[in-house]
Amino acid sequence: MKKYDKLVENAAGRMVPTIINGENHMPFQGVGKYRPTGRKYGAKIPTCNDFPDGNKEVNTLKEALINAGLKDGMTISSHHHFRNGDLIAKQVFDIAHDLGIKNLRWYPSASFPCQEELIKYLEDGTINRIEGSMNGPLGKFTSEGKMKGVSILRSHGGRYQAIQDGEVKIDIAIIAAPTADTFGNANGVNGDAACGLLGFALADSQYAEKVIVVTDNLVPFPCIPWQIQGNYVDFVVKVDKVGLPEKIISGTTQITKSPDRLLIAEMTADFCEKTGLIYDGFSYQAGAGGTALSIGNYFGDILRKNNWKARFIRAGSNKYPVELLEEGLVEYILDGQTFDLEGVRSMKENQNHVNTSPFTSYNFHSKGNFAQFVDIVVLGATEIDVEFNANVVTHSDGYLLHGIGGWQNCLAAKTTIMPIPLFRDRIPVIRDRVTTLCAPGELIDVIVTERGIAINPLRKDLIQKARSAGIELKTIHQLKEEAEKICGIPEEVILSDEIVSVIKWIDGTVIDSVKKVLTK
Amino acid sequence: MEKIGLAGNYASGVKSDCLVQFESTKSGGLQIEINSRVKSMFGISMENLAKDILDYFEIENAKLKIDDTGAVDFVLAARIEAAIKKVITSNKEFLLPILEENKIPTQKDDFRFSRLYLPGNTPKLMLNAGIHKPNGLILDLEDAVAPEKKYEAKFVVRNALRALNFYGSERMVRINQIPGGLDDLEYIVPHFVNLILIPKCESAKDILSVNQRIDMIKQREKLSHDIWLMPIIESAKGVMNAYEIVTAADNISSMAIGLEDYTADIGTLRTKSGTESLFARNMIVTASIAAGVQPIDSVFSDVGDMDGLAENVKVSKNLGFSGMGCIHPRQIRVIHENFSPETAEIEKAKKIVIAFNDAKKKGLGVVSMGSKMIDAPVVKRALNTITTAILTGKLEADWMDN
Repeated sequence: MKKYDKLVENAAGRMVPTIINGENHMPFQGVGKYRPTGRKYGAKIPTCNDFPDGNKEVNTLKEALINAGLKDGMTISSHHHFRNGDLIAKQVFDIAHDLGIKNLRWYPSASFPCQEELIKYLEDGTINRIEGSMNGPLGKFTSEGKMKGVSILRSHGGRYQAIQDGEVKIDIAIIAAPTADTFGNANGVNGDAACGLLGFALADSQYAEKVIVVTDNLVPFPCIPWQIQGNYVDFVVKVDKVGLPEKIISGTTQITKSPDRLLIAEMTADFCEKTGLIYDGFSYQAGAGGTALSIGNYFGDILRKNNWKARFIRAGSNKYPVELLEEGLVEYILDGQTFDLEGVRSMKENQNHVNTSPFTSYNFHSKGNFAQFVDIVVLGATEIDVEFNANVVTHSDGYLLHGIGGWQNCLAAKTTIMPIPLFRDRIPVIRDRVTTLCAPGELIDVIVTERGIAINPLRKDLIQKARSAGIELKTIHQLKEEAEKICGIPEEVILSDEIVSVIKWIDGTVIDSVKKVLTK
Repeated sequence: MEKIGLAGNYASGVKSDCLVQFESTKSGGLQIEINSRVKSMFGISMENLAKDILDYFEIENAKLKIDDTGAVDFVLAARIEAAIKKVITSNKEFLLPILEENKIPTQKDDFRFSRLYLPGNTPKLMLNAGIHKPNGLILDLEDAVAPEKKYEAKFVVRNALRALNFYGSERMVRINQIPGGLDDLEYIVPHFVNLILIPKCESAKDILSVNQRIDMIKQREKLSHDIWLMPIIESAKGVMNAYEIVTAADNISSMAIGLEDYTADIGTLRTKSGTESLFARNMIVTASIAAGVQPIDSVFSDVGDMDGLAENVKVSKNLGFSGMGCIHPRQIRVIHENFSPETAEIEKAKKIVIAFNDAKKKGLGVVSMGSKMIDAPVVKRALNTITTAILTGKLEADWMDN
């Protein structure tokens, strides 16, 4: 079988395969142009007689995997709520390897550097490919063309949709849970390894053929709250340690100390205030990066000064949004994943700190999702081009080093702002053409750099507001030239023609492919 | 002369810099090895620049190794030249074009509320320094550079004076203590430096020797732009000679005090209240005002304490200082806000100036507000406040018409 076949030029002018790992995929047709159809995928339904006393506990993960029918070519899913503190995914593939199983598809909601050890299973064929966000060493491995299959990157919403639509049929879902009962009810807020919530595993629990809950804190029925419902679960396994909650904290969850980034954060908050994007009852999403977190802090100052409240923050929560919630400057945190233990604590204690899932927040193929009515979303990018198209997965040298996460889904917000340094260690951020297209420019409204602000010409209303507020604007071309005057004009990076990965758009179509990096 | 010339920095945490290793060889042509994370985007231009420099110094056989973390051209060129000159003697200098905006002169009485120190051998901090809008940017060759790095720092500072965008900040350099610092002048005077800080200044002689060398270079290079001096007083002796120092030459625009060294000299610790240096600071202010130049205060070294800094600036302003140093960009705004006139001060000054204009119109010799007579010095201070308020953007220039 060819890794991929039948390349076509999609509506964004990118060459993408329509057959990937032997399966058919639609090319991108333009924002809002493709309408997925069909009905929800359904796994085979057992009866309650198959679970006579409701006790689904088995002794070991290996036993659970064997009972679940683990065999060659299956799709195994896992979630990333423990972020870099995940302990279970590796064990699953150790077991698969010991059993001589080959050619698995790993379908995580995201991968982390702690999963670097899986590279040996990608090399020996235990794992054929990863379909999920790829960070650090796994991204490098993929970029250098070493993965057997083609990796597929989806947004969090896109992952939910792929499961719901039956594009990805999960054979066995592994759900590491900080607390569970023997029926399989589980949550993320209680237990020594509390990680906040389990929203990323929700679709896996609902649609997988077999579901295994793994916990180190087995409580008598009922496990309350039950974000994961035992009615979907086949097996429960107790282990000594399910995850390392202290490693949930990633390096980017502190407010930046860089004066340049603080300046960008201040400029962003000032822009939002002066153009009226912030008002009593507004909502926003700011991610976990240092700049985004300090923007949240400045938003807090603006709310406090005006005696306003934000109706909700869409988070990734950590201690900073929690402080705003506890001070009463924000009414709700709608949380997709907690980034530190303060976020976990708040979610447990405060009923206005609410767990969500990609279904409620991001799913495109649905009757709506709340990302659509967030007022301001603040996002990062590795590159932006003069048409405002953005890249979030590869660096300018072609290396795949980041996942998409909820980034694409957030673009549905009313205003998308990218606060971004104009160059990073000589690498200009604004390019003639992004290396990998992850977001069509029509969805990106404002670029804030330390050397000036550019607004997408499509947002005439916002340009007007900014001008009346006396905000000095530059064009994106001016910003690009300014960076190139300092850094020099980058040479064209030569990549192989071989495709190692494809990027899905939120509607399930293929928006771009990632080429193999040439190594000497 | 060394056998292998090394210049620059390459270590974990160091960015936008490079380490260049140069070795002259007998044969084999030019062997250039580049190890850089930006090689796929800038490898060709890096190699071309390296070749241009080697060619310029007429080097035909050599090994040149560059370990790079994203150094821009002016940094890379400085590193290569320094590495070469550690091995080979040459009077030639490899100069990149000077930016037009770097040829703009400054005035003696320009605002010098804030001046940001930048270590002369740390290019990463230079690239974005100007966007924080300090009144002055100091490329420091003295205390912020390790002794073994002093030589290579001169090339970075020289190249920065030509190629770095200062975004309108005054272009300052702190040279090393006299007499050693006199040799630094060769690297900065020909490149449109606006102001030179002379550290640990103790006598008029220091000033005269600096000016002598500056004049010599200016004559040789046929330069005519003004170069201002800011002596820094950092010892008991310097304090006692403050007036002699500050009146030693016409191109002294300002005089600063350096409190870390001063308190060490008098054998005390520097405290937040600053009582131990009150006399010295009074002396600097008085001598400077008497000489018609700006008295400038020391840096506030706790970069995390913005409230403490604001307090410090207020005290400084009340003592008569008209600016202070800073060591972190976040300090700049606090310094500007607290040195520039406060709203109440401006409102009061406006009333006095209006009364003064009325009196002038009516041909009255005495200015009065209501039943109160206003002395000439009060009017002078009010006029100063208004000028400062306009220049710092706190008051519209046409305020009187509105």
